[in-house]
Amino acid sequence: MKKFLLVLLFAPLAAFASGEELKLDSANIDPHDAISIQRGARTFVNYCLNCHAASSMRYNRLTDLGLTEQQIKDNLLFASEKVGDPMTISANRKDQKLWFGVEPPDLSVVARSRGTDWLYTYLRTFYRDETRPTGWNNLAFPNVGMPHALWQLQGVQVMKTESEEHDGQKTEHRKLVLQHPGSLSAIEYDKLTRDLVNFLSYLGEPEKSRRSQIGVVVLFFLLLLLVPAWLLKKEYWNDVH
Amino acid sequence: MNKLKALLGWVDDRFPLTANWKAHMSEYYAPKNFNFWYFFGSLALLILVMQIVTGILLTMHYKPDASQAFASVEYIMRDVPWGWLIRYMHSTGASLFFVVVYLHMFRGLIYGSYRKPRELLWLFGMLIYLCLMAEAFFGYLLPWGQMSYWGAQVIVNLFGAIPFIGPDLSLWIRGDYVVSDATLNRFFAFHVIAVPLVLLGLVAAHLLALHEVGSNNPDGIEIKKKKDPKTGIPLDGIAFYPYYVVKDIVGVVVFLMVFSAIVFFAPEMGGYFLEHNNFVPADPLKTPLHIAPVWYFTPFYSILRAVPPLFNSQFPGVMAMGLSTMIFFLLPWLDRGAVKSIRYRGPIYKTALALFVVAFLILGYLGTEPTNVWGQFGSWLGGAERATVAARVFTIIYFLFFLLMPWYTKIDKTKPEPERVTS
Repeated sequence: MKKFLLVLLFAPLAAFASGEELKLDSANIDPHDAISIQRGARTFVNYCLNCHAASSMRYNRLTDLGLTEQQIKDNLLFASEKVGDPMTISANRKDQKLWFGVEPPDLSVVARSRGTDWLYTYLRTFYRDETRPTGWNNLAFPNVGMPHALWQLQGVQVMKTESEEHDGQKTEHRKLVLQHPGSLSAIEYDKLTRDLVNFLSYLGEPEKSRRSQIGVVVLFFLLLLLVPAWLLKKEYWNDVH
Repeated sequence: MNKLKALLGWVDDRFPLTANWKAHMSEYYAPKNFNFWYFFGSLALLILVMQIVTGILLTMHYKPDASQAFASVEYIMRDVPWGWLIRYMHSTGASLFFVVVYLHMFRGLIYGSYRKPRELLWLFGMLIYLCLMAEAFFGYLLPWGQMSYWGAQVIVNLFGAIPFIGPDLSLWIRGDYVVSDATLNRFFAFHVIAVPLVLLGLVAAHLLALHEVGSNNPDGIEIKKKKDPKTGIPLDGIAFYPYYVVKDIVGVVVFLMVFSAIVFFAPEMGGYFLEHNNFVPADPLKTPLHIAPVWYFTPFYSILRAVPPLFNSQFPGVMAMGLSTMIFFLLPWLDRGAVKSIRYRGPIYKTALALFVVAFLILGYLGTEPTNVWGQFGSWLGGAERATVAARVFTIIYFLFFLLMPWYTKIDKTKPEPERVTS
């Protein structure tokens, strides 16, 4: 019962008025939290990597996150891949197209095209829709081809439409309500998707955190270089009147 | 030391090394009153060199093949050691090249650097600018993302709007009925060898023309008119080497700080330098809802969209867009002002220039947005889109700046120019 109340508490987060553009929830990820990215990697490998590839990414690149190659082999490699292989999938593209209507896109740089807030919202706003071939629809991605891969964790949401009259103006609010709870509470599910989005963000540009670290050093060096450059100019220009 | 001198003598007997060094560096006399605006010429040269060097390194790993191009860029970003740095330097360099060149051209506008005797210098510069646009356009297709693909599709289709020969012409440019592998391959060839060769030649011509006539300056007066009777050196001139070399080094360091801040902390520049949609691989079957060129083309793109079609043909818009860049070529002959520099110009020219800058910036902004960005006017204006109406107004202002120039510069009340340069 307590769990159910919590669900109700968080459900309005996904509420929005129809006609308006969907307001994205803030993913609020911490790119320095390697543990969160590791958890996201596990979710990604377990739930996403069967239909979606991330073919620009090699498994052993995950050593960035503090994992050893042995840990990667033991926990993230299921088939006969080698640890230096890219994250490809063996699913037949033609079959996939038949099943989903589209080929599931490669997710290597999806965080860079969609943005992390969109991904976070997308993963949390699947709802039951019997008019769709898969039985699922999505608020962030209307008429999406993908069924809700994480439904056992999140549970089943349905869309409720509420009409509201305010100063003679009729507005319709659509919101998602949890019909059947999943194995995770709403809070746990948010955390899981946040970790997953954190991983997708890392996946989009694994070099990102090192890039800004190097940037600080480079800027510091240039700042130091500015001093002799300026003094040299001043010295030479003393005789220009 | 003597041996080095001997070697130099040996070379000088066979090649004008010292003579060239003197003519272009140690005895090239530039006005001593250069200000902030005069940094951008040398900075443009620096970026050109950086683009060539990073570009060579990128071609070592990039695959100009429609089925591999997108993945090869990600391969550079991940698996090539320091590949991400090279790629970001190249992509940031492209945008900053335009920033620097626009500021360089603006300098020419405010100080009248295109006026006699620098007409050819200006024309060479304009040709460089056109080459740069071609270079940027061809290069933008290479990552083979959605914006690369559809941007190229839109631009090539513009040629299709030309009456009679248009459709065949655009087919000839693409090498296929849609932008495809054939297009990618030829754009690669243009981007890495054809256009850079022309560009380098034009830069050499630009510099030779500059050193022939001498640099203009913020006062817009000729320093060569007042020379030291004994040495023949302009009284207000100082040697490029060492004075402007050491000054430009300061400019280079400051520029590199801005450049590095972008490369290391914001290489996408919020979607303006690297568009978000370009991280989606090119898909000939899926047209993006909103196709916008990279920011440096957006003023001209706005002009293209602003001009209404005539007899169902987009040709007037294409013409207007072409003219909006080409009209800069005519500046030396449109300007009839008694003085060159904005310091001594009258209020009319200053107002006209300010309006032009505002028009250019607003057109640039509108080009990045869909035409419904500002909503619609009420029924009293037929529900026209506000942004389109604004773009039309500013397009007219843009062209009037040039077309009315012969008159307003002539009647403008100018101030007398000084005899010698001021600080």
